[in-house]
Amino acid sequence: MQLLEFQAKEIFREYGINLLDSISSTNIEEGRKHAKELGYPFVIKIQVPVGGRGKAGGIQKCQNDDEFELKYPQVMDLEIKGEKARAILLEKMADIKKELYLSIFLNRSKRCYTIIASAEGGVEIESVKNQIIKEIGLGDVSDELAKEVAKEMELVGKTAEQFVDTLKKLSKLTIEKEAELVEINPLAIMQDDSVMALDGKFVTDDNSNFRHDELQKYQEKTANEIQAEKSGFSLVELDGNIAVVGNGAGLVMSTLDMLSDNGGKPACFLDVGGGATTESVYEALTLISRLPRVKGILVNLYGGIVKTTVVAEAFLQAYENNLIDLPVFSRLKGTESEKAKEMLKNSRTNIFDSVEEAINAAVMGIKK
Amino acid sequence: MTDIFELLKGKPGDSDYENKGVIVQGITGSYGSLHAKQMIAYGTNIVAGVTPGKGGQKFEDKIPIYNTMQEAIDATNAKISIVFVPAKFFLSAAKDALESGIKLLVAIPEHVPIRDTMEVLDLANKKGAIIIGPNTPGIMIPELIKIGIMPPMPFKAGKIAVLSKSGTLLYEISDALTTAGFGQSITIGIGGDPVNGTRLIDAFEMVKDIPDMEGLVIVGEIGGDSEEILAQRIIDSGFNKPTVAYIAGRAAPKEKRMGHAGAIVMGNYGSAESKVSMFNKANIPVAKRPAEVPVLLAGKIEKSD
Repeated sequence: MQLLEFQAKEIFREYGINLLDSISSTNIEEGRKHAKELGYPFVIKIQVPVGGRGKAGGIQKCQNDDEFELKYPQVMDLEIKGEKARAILLEKMADIKKELYLSIFLNRSKRCYTIIASAEGGVEIESVKNQIIKEIGLGDVSDELAKEVAKEMELVGKTAEQFVDTLKKLSKLTIEKEAELVEINPLAIMQDDSVMALDGKFVTDDNSNFRHDELQKYQEKTANEIQAEKSGFSLVELDGNIAVVGNGAGLVMSTLDMLSDNGGKPACFLDVGGGATTESVYEALTLISRLPRVKGILVNLYGGIVKTTVVAEAFLQAYENNLIDLPVFSRLKGTESEKAKEMLKNSRTNIFDSVEEAINAAVMGIKK
Repeated sequence: MTDIFELLKGKPGDSDYENKGVIVQGITGSYGSLHAKQMIAYGTNIVAGVTPGKGGQKFEDKIPIYNTMQEAIDATNAKISIVFVPAKFFLSAAKDALESGIKLLVAIPEHVPIRDTMEVLDLANKKGAIIIGPNTPGIMIPELIKIGIMPPMPFKAGKIAVLSKSGTLLYEISDALTTAGFGQSITIGIGGDPVNGTRLIDAFEMVKDIPDMEGLVIVGEIGGDSEEILAQRIIDSGFNKPTVAYIAGRAAPKEKRMGHAGAIVMGNYGSAESKVSMFNKANIPVAKRPAEVPVLLAGKIEKSD
């Protein structure tokens, strides 16, 4: 899961990384109270799980009550890259000398953690110049290595000392929280040469959730996505109108691609998973029936271990119980697919020999 | 690098040539027992099972079950294992296998924490062992040996090597290849996790020197940069066998995990465009649809003749 800035900072604070005073709120009444506690001037920062907030107007300076009343609702109402505000963070204004970049990420191809640091931070990682890159195995950063990075960045004195301290704390929390990415950008050098984390990005490994109860309060999933996880399939909600169902993440992605190539708009990605049963597929159809905007369902199955008849049976039950009254376009191949086709012959399901034909029919059918 | 074919088949003249023993870890679980039976039906020589606490019992009345990998290996001398335990027990099961002398470990479980995978890979590296997976459908030489969960129908013996991150796309594309008359010499499931025991590039090294290989099919998906690295290796090595790729996830939104833990685009890292453009640079056509793979491959083979 990807944490919001204020959540990442809660963890940074726990590990003793230097931060400015800040408080998060979800409505203006709360915000007003915090404004008093914090005192002007401060910065109003939208909390969304995407970058590019500054450019989109999601970070505003605030000097007094009048500005607060004007800007808080403005920032709250923004939508950045399709993401609405989850919260608003009020943070003290910083008097900074310079912006650095620091991150530790899981290097997938090298299969180790890697530090990226630069003395020229404050811009998106793709534009960060003079990157210092160090591979660090399973994530542990020694004193010597941290000092070496500081030296290569040409940091000195108190700044170098605090940078070394920050890097070691960052590596400790990466290991302990099993993060895939922890980024501080910018890591600022203040007028007094101290070092402060002005922003925070934190992506954890969902597969290690069972070892991290303490992170579960940050889990941001729709009710449908939580239900999907419980039932053993995976669901990603999208903004189109054709629900896409299949078995296997690769096959469902491939179906989304072909649908989009043909001018269709997927409403969701739904992988029924390798352990699908009639019950779990029925559960999946229940979720689809609750999604807004869905005008039709596209089914692409390659039955292997999952028998296509198991899926067909779930559809028949869904029709019988009036759960689904949408047109269904499907392509069934693999284990027991002839039998499954026979089962669905006189039902609402339109059966096609190839996925291309099913997609064309779905796109045409929904336009009507 | 250890020769994967020698591990899977052995050498002509060996008493177990083309009949290598495989141990199933987690053989008494519902998933493990289902697939143990299917592997046996395919002709894989399952010689033992391991389930702690169930030592002394027999699977299907004939295959001995042991409590530990050491006991199973002492009794059978097998070098290959396939693991079906739940993700949270994968680390201990894999350590048990590697420390007892397993040289090829096929890791089926999905949802293994990355840290556990990295620890296992570190140990495998020290022991000179190969890990396939986690979250893989497995590895097979069609019509000879299947160590995995793939259904048998899509596959046929032949001369095309298929490397795939996804399971169902491996079946789908192998089916299309088989239907078009292209059998497979070997298929290797890389797995859908962010960190893979055998990366695409490692799998390529395993298959690139197969003497009578007619072609190579690479089935990738969004996330990470293993396709890009492989394309670069193909350029650098001058590999010139007919090669075709397919990439799933062009239409996937950024920053969302698409079913597989590894299938996520962060910024531009892991995007389909980046992978497609690297394959194009390597002169490898990228199919738009799974069904297009055999068509492009036939075109490539015709040109190379």
